[in-house]
Amino acid sequence: MSYFLRRLLFMVPLILVIVTLAFFLVRVAPGGPFDKERKPASPAVERALAEKYHLNESLFSQYLRFLGLKWEEGANGSWQRAPGGLIAGDLGLSLKYRNHTVSDIILQGLPVSLTLGFLAFGFAMGFGIPIGFYTAVRRGEWADWAGSLFALVVICVPGFVIGPLLILGFALKAGWFPVGLWGAPVQAVLPMVALGLYFGGRVARLTREGMTQALQSEYIRTARAKGASELRVLLKHALPTAVMPVVSYSGPMLADLLTGSFVVENIFQIPGIGVFMVNSSLSRDYTMVVGLVLLYAILLLVLNLLVDLAYSFLDPRVRYE
Amino acid sequence: MKDAALSTESPTLAAAPAPVHLSPNRKAWLRLRSNRPAVWSAGFLALVLLLAIVVPWLSPHDAVHGSDAQFAAPSLQYWFGTDVHGRDVFTRVFSGARVSLLVGAVGAAVSLVIGVCWGMVAGYVGGRTDSVLMRVVDVLYALPSIVFVIVLITTMEGFVKQWVTALSPALAPAARMMFLFVGLGAVSWLTMARIVRGQVLSLRSRPFVLASQSLGASHRRILFRHILPNVIGIVIVYLTLTVPSIILYESFLSYLGLGIQPPAASLGTLIAEGASQINPLRVFWWLIIGPGGVLALTLLALNFLGDGLRDAFDPRSS
Amino acid sequence: MRIRVGKLLLLLLLGGLIAVGCRPERRADLVILNGPEIETLDPQVLTGQADGRVSGALFEGLTRFDPVTGRGVPGWAERWDISPDGRTYTFHLRTNAVFSTGEPITADDFVWSWRHAVDPATAADYSGFFFYVKGGRELVTGASTNLATLGIRALDPRTVVVELENPAPFFIDLCAMRIMAVVPRWTIEKYGDQWVRADPLPCSGAFQLRSWRPNDRIRVEKNPRYWDAASVRSERVDFLSGDSPTTALNLLLTGEVDVLIERNLIPLELNDVLLKRPDFHTFSYLGTYFIRFNVTRKPFDDVRVRKAISLVLDKRRIVERITRLGERPASAVTPPGTGGYQPPPGLGDNASSATNAVEYAAARAINIAEAQRLLAEAGFPGGKGFPTFTYMFNAGGGGGSRTHEQIGVEFQAMLREHLGLQMELRPVEWKTYLSEMSLLNYDVIRGSWIGDYQDPTTFLDCFLADSGNNRTGWRNPQYDALMARAAATSDSTKRFDLLRQAETLLTRDEVPVIPVYNYTGLYAFDTNRVGGISANLTDEHPVWAMFRKR
Repeated sequence: MSYFLRRLLFMVPLILVIVTLAFFLVRVAPGGPFDKERKPASPAVERALAEKYHLNESLFSQYLRFLGLKWEEGANGSWQRAPGGLIAGDLGLSLKYRNHTVSDIILQGLPVSLTLGFLAFGFAMGFGIPIGFYTAVRRGEWADWAGSLFALVVICVPGFVIGPLLILGFALKAGWFPVGLWGAPVQAVLPMVALGLYFGGRVARLTREGMTQALQSEYIRTARAKGASELRVLLKHALPTAVMPVVSYSGPMLADLLTGSFVVENIFQIPGIGVFMVNSSLSRDYTMVVGLVLLYAILLLVLNLLVDLAYSFLDPRVRYE
Repeated sequence: MKDAALSTESPTLAAAPAPVHLSPNRKAWLRLRSNRPAVWSAGFLALVLLLAIVVPWLSPHDAVHGSDAQFAAPSLQYWFGTDVHGRDVFTRVFSGARVSLLVGAVGAAVSLVIGVCWGMVAGYVGGRTDSVLMRVVDVLYALPSIVFVIVLITTMEGFVKQWVTALSPALAPAARMMFLFVGLGAVSWLTMARIVRGQVLSLRSRPFVLASQSLGASHRRILFRHILPNVIGIVIVYLTLTVPSIILYESFLSYLGLGIQPPAASLGTLIAEGASQINPLRVFWWLIIGPGGVLALTLLALNFLGDGLRDAFDPRSS
Repeated sequence: MRIRVGKLLLLLLLGGLIAVGCRPERRADLVILNGPEIETLDPQVLTGQADGRVSGALFEGLTRFDPVTGRGVPGWAERWDISPDGRTYTFHLRTNAVFSTGEPITADDFVWSWRHAVDPATAADYSGFFFYVKGGRELVTGASTNLATLGIRALDPRTVVVELENPAPFFIDLCAMRIMAVVPRWTIEKYGDQWVRADPLPCSGAFQLRSWRPNDRIRVEKNPRYWDAASVRSERVDFLSGDSPTTALNLLLTGEVDVLIERNLIPLELNDVLLKRPDFHTFSYLGTYFIRFNVTRKPFDDVRVRKAISLVLDKRRIVERITRLGERPASAVTPPGTGGYQPPPGLGDNASSATNAVEYAAARAINIAEAQRLLAEAGFPGGKGFPTFTYMFNAGGGGGSRTHEQIGVEFQAMLREHLGLQMELRPVEWKTYLSEMSLLNYDVIRGSWIGDYQDPTTFLDCFLADSGNNRTGWRNPQYDALMARAAATSDSTKRFDLLRQAETLLTRDEVPVIPVYNYTGLYAFDTNRVGGISANLTDEHPVWAMFRKR
């Protein structure tokens, strides 16, 4: 247990490293958040804009300000900490969407992305694991072929093809679902399928592989030799180790799913944060990029820790020294 | 000239270590040959590769120069129809396949070499090494890859381009490709490392590993003789999953203007182009079926071949 | 253990579904698909068209845009007097002028609003519109800091007097711009830059803000205190944000959206199909697509090279095969009919004016021959010795950028075929594109300009030597002198004459840019269901005039 506590503690400096890298990386990229097709009316206006958001300061000073460790001389001559900053839990204003704070935008979009992400995750696991399980058990038979083919097809067809096809078929032609937008449960179905299929296909492949290996291992043979029922062998002994690759994969997968998908949110016009994940980089929305990286990093690290925890549950032989 | 030279050399390259006795490799090869789907898939892949090499040369149409036949449906003249500039989609698909196959191969290679080694070492050594190695993976995974590629291209492109152009002006467009490879390679191996590490964590305390450890086998020997054969299955399977995601990620970067330079195309960008016009009013279906079909079939074949390879190399299969 | 995990997961899923379901939403009277998420609602600092559409519904100034003509008509000022020299405007405000929250709108509010807009500390990108007002230029550029020197004063609570630097015949149009709107002083003083987030937000336009969910929708409601509330026919209007053209089309076809007004949201591939549909409407407006040369780089510093490249560009092929909305090939930067101005024929105009294919082919042949001659004269016969150069354009994001690539591909082929030039295409993402263009770090780059008001200066001012929008490195004292003389001229015929001379210099003699075509706008709504939208040159479509038919 102390291993996991240490991991948890170590997360803080690690996240700081990630966020720091992102902070400088995005500022090195050419162009700035306020570059527009038209130049501002005068250099004075341009300067004033940069000053407002402290972009005229040195990178290091900006970094201190971002951390909340910037001390400056106040109007009355006394030194005080510049307000806000990471230590105050303040990520600042978005530089592109200037009437919103970064936390504002994330808090608005995150519940949507979380909902869709969990739904898609459930969907992916819900069909991926059974297909993988079944194809491994029926290895070489026609059921293996059919299941594997299905899994492969959904892996090979990209989301930006599946999405429009689902809309064309089930929304426009059949009229069962709306073509997009977000708000009613029925609007979540097609995006969930579009997002989940791709991951589900991969889950199926990984489960099949894990299961195949587990079925060949010595302890399964031992279990069978002991006369355990076939179903019990499969579910109780083989499945837990068989899903290990899936578990490894689901850390990053869930982090990706929960922070939204650019393609699916774009196609179904869903107000999640996936679109911001890409667009903030493109629009050099420095504060937004850093805020989203922070969110993503926390999610990823926590999920990967959970994955490592899950290893030792699934396979008691896994030990971390 | 250059290509001709390459092709005469390749047979010697392909004829890898000559087997003297019935080594495990030889056995695997025999097993692979008896796996019919794998053999068919290998044949298909070879065909696609061949077409990707010869079609852009032999085709009466040009992959980059347009004609007046805009959006022509498939016909005897244009097998896959034409696009907005009146370019032959068939020719473009196979010149695009060159790019995509290359991108996929690079991604797979990076994933295989870096990802597998990284994961095996982390999982096997464990402890602090494991922590450090995996945290590096986490950091790389969490960084916004788009910004990374933007920075990479803008800070290095001018320099590298000068250097490449000095070698041969015809290679200038290849400079962009190199960045694409670096950018894609940087992200392609991360999940592989995680998966391999997870497997190794579980394998290293299995009886056969403990046994060879107590017999005094070197770590290297244990890693490559005992652990590697046991993760090879999952490696191959995940590799076949990496290739499509790398190919599609390339098309995303290209869409953002960070990928290959038009008028060149890749299968991914061709599909994206076709997919963007799936709408209820009119669909030029050949723009999606042509490139999409070739990519899907190629990936399917790759997966079946991967399955065959996996079975062939499996130490426990009889 | 496993069962509990399973249950937990199930609960999470159910909870998620319920969370999704728990947001009942009454459909608004009018749903407008507004394009990308807006950056700000602040009328003084906004720059985007999508921002302007929403902000324009919330804030209004002395005049407002007429939905039919797109020109300035009485807003909060019910009438005005113009002095004989055209330099002093006296606006008479309405008696019932109040904000949506009930506070009165007085002449002082206008004075304060304008002073706030020109103050560089506000950082209003578009404060250049105040250059026409006396003292505006000095304040915006920071040469003067005394805001009281701005040529606007309150004669009495209901009378605003504005003094101009030069007579500007389009000043009434200008007064309808977002940045000229009256804004709530006390709110701004209280909340600072984030004042538009005040709740309730005092609005001066036909609508007031109801809710704003980023990347989702902005809902506005009719402002009952608006002076012309009787003409506002929608109680509740939603502005949706969206980025995908195909989705936009789907939403429109299924009736989820009533009006599709952002041209970047029209699927390009379907232009020819959509043109024939009754619910899609084209209109011309003040916009020109052009190509910039970096005249500070060899060999583009040679005007003969620029002319040669310009002459071989087959603009008709581009509008007929790529853009396909019936755009007009352009040989001048200013679109014909901008505020009554007719641009002079530019380089290669003989081809633009050809009426049939035979004439066109003949004109092209002449132009190509001329181009080859010019290129040879510049020292590159048949393109020999000409360095490989790049054509930069922005990629990604929205429908427009695919056009840029397609135009690039055609352009590349034309240059190779007729001049033997090797041009590489270089797509870059938006911010890199802007940055490289500003830094003059390109050879040839795509460009475009959308006019703000109905006067040629909205285009021609860009190419002044000190204009930040020039971005070609081209500076010509003669051009600047002609433009300055035109600015000081009040006689419209003489003024246009001077502007025409300047534009001739730009597009026929010096050619730092190649005009390609004038934009055609396309918007979509079913005329049986929606009314109150008209085509106009400034692409201004006031939301108060729009309504859904019952």
